[in-house]
Amino acid sequence: MEEWRGWRKIRYESELDPAFASEIASIPQGEKLFSCIQCGTCSGMCPISPYMDYTPRQIIAMIRAGFKGDVLGSYTTWLCASCYSCAVECPKDIKLTDIMYAAKRLAIREGIYPKRFPIPVLANEFYKNVEGSGRNSEGRLILRLFLKTNPFKLFKQTSLGLKLLMRGRFSLKRESIKRTDELHRMLKVLEKVHMVKSKDELARMKEVAS
Amino acid sequence: MNYAYYPGCSLKSTGRAYEESMLSVFEALEIPIEELSDWNCCGATAYMSISELKAFALSARNFALAEQQFKGSNDVNLVVPCAACYLGLNKARRYLAEHLEIKETVDGALKQAGLHYSGHVHIRHPLDVLLNDIGLEKITAAVKKPLTGLRVACYYGCQIVRPYAEFDNQHEPQSMDKILTALGAEVIEWPLKTRCCGGSLTGTVQEVGLRLSYILLKEAKKRGCDVVATACPLCQFNLECYQSEMLKSYGEVINVPVAYFTQLIGVGLGLSSKNLGLNRLFTPLKMPHPVKAVQGGQRVHS
Repeated sequence: MEEWRGWRKIRYESELDPAFASEIASIPQGEKLFSCIQCGTCSGMCPISPYMDYTPRQIIAMIRAGFKGDVLGSYTTWLCASCYSCAVECPKDIKLTDIMYAAKRLAIREGIYPKRFPIPVLANEFYKNVEGSGRNSEGRLILRLFLKTNPFKLFKQTSLGLKLLMRGRFSLKRESIKRTDELHRMLKVLEKVHMVKSKDELARMKEVAS
Repeated sequence: MNYAYYPGCSLKSTGRAYEESMLSVFEALEIPIEELSDWNCCGATAYMSISELKAFALSARNFALAEQQFKGSNDVNLVVPCAACYLGLNKARRYLAEHLEIKETVDGALKQAGLHYSGHVHIRHPLDVLLNDIGLEKITAAVKKPLTGLRVACYYGCQIVRPYAEFDNQHEPQSMDKILTALGAEVIEWPLKTRCCGGSLTGTVQEVGLRLSYILLKEAKKRGCDVVATACPLCQFNLECYQSEMLKSYGEVINVPVAYFTQLIGVGLGLSSKNLGLNRLFTPLKMPHPVKAVQGGQRVHS
């Protein structure tokens, strides 16, 4: 009897975050999400939607209704491989892929994401990799990903690693640009800047969109 | 035309054969190209999930460096073979051109590094350069060993034509088909040219990524292809390197070679297999035996 509770969560209005939609909509062209007609073209086009906990169409509806915790904590946004199928087919020209990115960024910033799920771990490691040296070192990235999420997987992948090594396609060398100091100065300026639109601006955009 | 080559991380490691074959083909066709010096990560996909502005700034540093390297010329063509880098850089270029507030913030950051980007960089995919700048005529004239009888499934992947259809049709891209047909190959009809291969999911959530790649290969094989031609290092990796996993998960022997389109062009131009990185492939590329006749839709080899 308890089972049904698992597949449908009931949220009361007091649990919703009315500002969530505006937060997501503050990316360039993000306000278009208010014009969604819930046709489901995005979910139909998405090659990964069968594996998602909420379909892309549901994600838009949930963002608009203020289901912040559920959206940011979902697997959906992270499973999005950004193939842009939804974005090019949307009849209302909603850039859903960019909305997924906005949700991922907010989830990281607020620390609400499935913690041991490999995809956000990969994103974080990739980010650190590039932040430090300006380039991504593929071999090291994969190694760190497996160590952090599922060390057992390393053994499973040994034969693949060896095959790549034999063909000169795998190395643990740390890749780096020469002028890293230049890069660090540049990125430091952007540390605290987020693209957030003012409330008035958002209210105006929302009106135009709907 | 000025061509600067932007490799990105994959073309220096898992996708080395893409770099080797592309540069060899450019050399054979006498297209001058030089690597962008001190290039940095494009800020694509995984980085974009953490900070968008920083991703744009990373791209902008590459643009500024390209302008510096080709000082005095009005336009610089940044040749970007990796599909993820191609989209990442393209997106940044568009956002910088269209959103003043982003441009200003990024300019401020570039200034800290003593750099400046004035907006004269074009992002070009090698498919675009070969078809639209060099042209089929010149490529056809350079063919030494035509790919006659080789049945190719052209796989473009997602990010070359989506979301921006810069040089090809979004639903039914043709550029690779045209180039490989000009080299004598037989391009097979298949509807999955731009369907997602799973991207980095094959490494993170394998049960999802593997299935997407498997669908592509299974459908290509069903249509009797000898080789799948790719234009992205991640697509190539997913389709080629997990074929033994597919056998384990789906009980099906795939064994289809997956090569970069530049490798196939190189074979047609008669370049050595070492220069094309053919030795780096898991499943060796085999040229078909000449076809003697076609009987009831089946090819009879001599």
